[in-house]
Amino acid sequence: MSAAAGGVYLRDTPEAALPPPVLRRGVLGWLRENLFSSIGNSVLTLFCIAFIAWVVPPLLQFFIFDAVWSGSDRDACLASPQLPEPGACWAFVRVWINYFIYGFYPIAERWRVDLFFAALAFGIGWLAWLGAPRRDLGAAYFFIVLPVLSYLLLSGAPLLGLADVTTALWGGVLVTIVVATVGIVASLPIGILLALARRSDIPVTKILAVMFIEFVRGVPLITVLFMASVMLPLFVPDQFSPDKLVRALIGVALFASANMAEVVRGGLAAIPRGQYEAAAALGLSYWRMNALVILPQALRVTLPNIVNTFIALFKDTTLVFIVGIFDFLRTVEAARIDPHWATPITSVTGYAFAALFYFVCCYGMSRYARNVETRLARAHRR
Amino acid sequence: MTTTAIASSSRATRRFGNIALQIGLVLVVAGLVYAAADNAARNLQAAHIASGFGFWNNTAGFDISQTLIDYSSSTSTFGRAFWVGLLNTLLVAGTGIVLATALGFAIGLARLSRNWLVSRLAGCYVELIRNVPLLLQLLFWYNAVLKALPELHGSVTFPGGALLNNRGLFVPRPQFAASSPYVTMTLLVAAAAVVVLRLWARRRQERTGEQVPVLWIALGLLLGLPLAFIFLTDVPIRFDYPALGRFNVLGGIEILPEFAALLLALTIYTAAFIAEAVRAGVLSVAHGQTEAAQALGLRPSTTLRLIVVPQAMRVIIPPLTGQYLNLTKNSSLAVAIGYPDLVQVFAGSVLNITGQAVEVIAITMAVYLVISLVTSALMNLYGYAIAVGER
Repeated sequence: MSAAAGGVYLRDTPEAALPPPVLRRGVLGWLRENLFSSIGNSVLTLFCIAFIAWVVPPLLQFFIFDAVWSGSDRDACLASPQLPEPGACWAFVRVWINYFIYGFYPIAERWRVDLFFAALAFGIGWLAWLGAPRRDLGAAYFFIVLPVLSYLLLSGAPLLGLADVTTALWGGVLVTIVVATVGIVASLPIGILLALARRSDIPVTKILAVMFIEFVRGVPLITVLFMASVMLPLFVPDQFSPDKLVRALIGVALFASANMAEVVRGGLAAIPRGQYEAAAALGLSYWRMNALVILPQALRVTLPNIVNTFIALFKDTTLVFIVGIFDFLRTVEAARIDPHWATPITSVTGYAFAALFYFVCCYGMSRYARNVETRLARAHRR
Repeated sequence: MTTTAIASSSRATRRFGNIALQIGLVLVVAGLVYAAADNAARNLQAAHIASGFGFWNNTAGFDISQTLIDYSSSTSTFGRAFWVGLLNTLLVAGTGIVLATALGFAIGLARLSRNWLVSRLAGCYVELIRNVPLLLQLLFWYNAVLKALPELHGSVTFPGGALLNNRGLFVPRPQFAASSPYVTMTLLVAAAAVVVLRLWARRRQERTGEQVPVLWIALGLLLGLPLAFIFLTDVPIRFDYPALGRFNVLGGIEILPEFAALLLALTIYTAAFIAEAVRAGVLSVAHGQTEAAQALGLRPSTTLRLIVVPQAMRVIIPPLTGQYLNLTKNSSLAVAIGYPDLVQVFAGSVLNITGQAVEVIAITMAVYLVISLVTSALMNLYGYAIAVGER
């Protein structure tokens, strides 16, 4: 700033800009913009705050502060002078947790289940980590080595010194994971074949694929499971009649394959015609064209949808409950009505624990799907 | 050999391969079906189970807890039981669809709200509900909430005369008096007047540009005319109130806890998916559309009603139909809590009594299949209709 001669005042540098008004910046500005921008909005905000204040503290009180964390039977969770209103009975979950995970699997053999979980986690990690080395080997491990290994581990192989464990003893998280894994391992290859058949121009394969897909997708999973558990034994000779779990697995695999076929078909539809024409111009045969050019691209664009199908499948595994298989939900349901733990809050605690388990698994998978989606979108934009 | 000869010979081989593949597939499938049918016939014979649909007209002999049509265990047939179950399925699916649509649209629009707290709360609802299996939610509502309600003599009484206890919700049953048909007639007259008013108002607006508050006049007509009529004559509807008896509730309409639990679970679960479809649909409308509407001077509510919603509906309707079908198929979870729907009555009780698994399961699947296929056919027609309208 300087004063020029002759009393004329000239400003030669601009004054620093004033900061925005207090109400437009910082926390206050954000609050005004997002919560109190109009009278109606303010009323809504206050209403929401009142709702949260009404719901959240009692929930915290019930599940954490007033909860019973240890005890050996129902007396711990009943109302007493020291604890007039007991909260969630986590002691019940602690006592039953091994049953929830392994079912009736013999205690001495449970390391095999743990090993199976570890092998599965390793395979999922290899496939899900998009930057992992040799993901083709990972796929071979997941779809070929892992099923054989798991079968030997869980069901037993007397030749290797592993005692037989009948599937009637399996239960809990183990069964839930087995059903979901069999669903995904079977549904991907079958689903891909069905999708290719549906898009092919050979009439018979196309009609058969359309009939199978539309039929299975048009009926509830429960009826497919009923069909597998009631009708399957009729259709095969008596001596080959599969056991209860295998029947349910067949039902789940059929159902998952039909859904997966539609997801893969969506991915195939997203591949431009030019890719097919270029592959044909290079002289690739039908199978090589699909295996080397089309499917790698189609599966990549549809990976988020595949994960979403898997989330739906994971939730649908609870339905095997209805055909009498002890999955995780069924073990919770069985433990919930145990008279040793009969309290007014046992059911709520059991269901809350089950909900937490499913929520953590499904939410984790959906976050992963969303991450892949944003990555793909970024790659696409480039 | 020239190149064309090579090309045509390789095309011929491929063609031959295709035909061989097709014949092979047909043979394999036919063989499997034949082997299955043969085994089934032999197994059924060994177990002395009848086959065919003759059981349809036999007396059922079991009770059903909720019947919309006349049914008695001693005289009604298995066929009648089928219709009872089907109607129960349609009842819970229809009610669920209406409620889930209302809740889903509300949550979906709340997620798009500019109010941070509102959209976060709606987001929490969607994530929480979508990631927990429906069967678990259903068991929770039934076993942990509705079965934990007070016993008969501790029933909760609502203003208006409804009773709630662990045997269900009992609401007053309306009984129509002799004058009630006339009230219905006045209502019809009012409705006709509203239609005429709306036509006249639209023509007037096209001619002069002036608007008439149609909504308020219509509400006044629809409520005012019947009320005036009731006031001038006598009360057309009386209620039969439920009352506590010694062992059960007497009178009123009974809503089973099984029905309530299934309806709650289906509504809450499906609403989360509908909310996502609504959100995606509204987001798919280009922002320029809203800006153009504002530039034309339309108010926000009018913009939403005339510009955004019609375009969003094109995107929303296909997934919405999918959700309606899912809700209908998911209503078969009724079997887990004993609500007498089609699967519980037919694929449960009837299957257990007759043992005719093949016929019973086939009929049950056929019903769901027909519902699905008819809906998809209608959807394809609808898709064709809006595709033609698009320029």
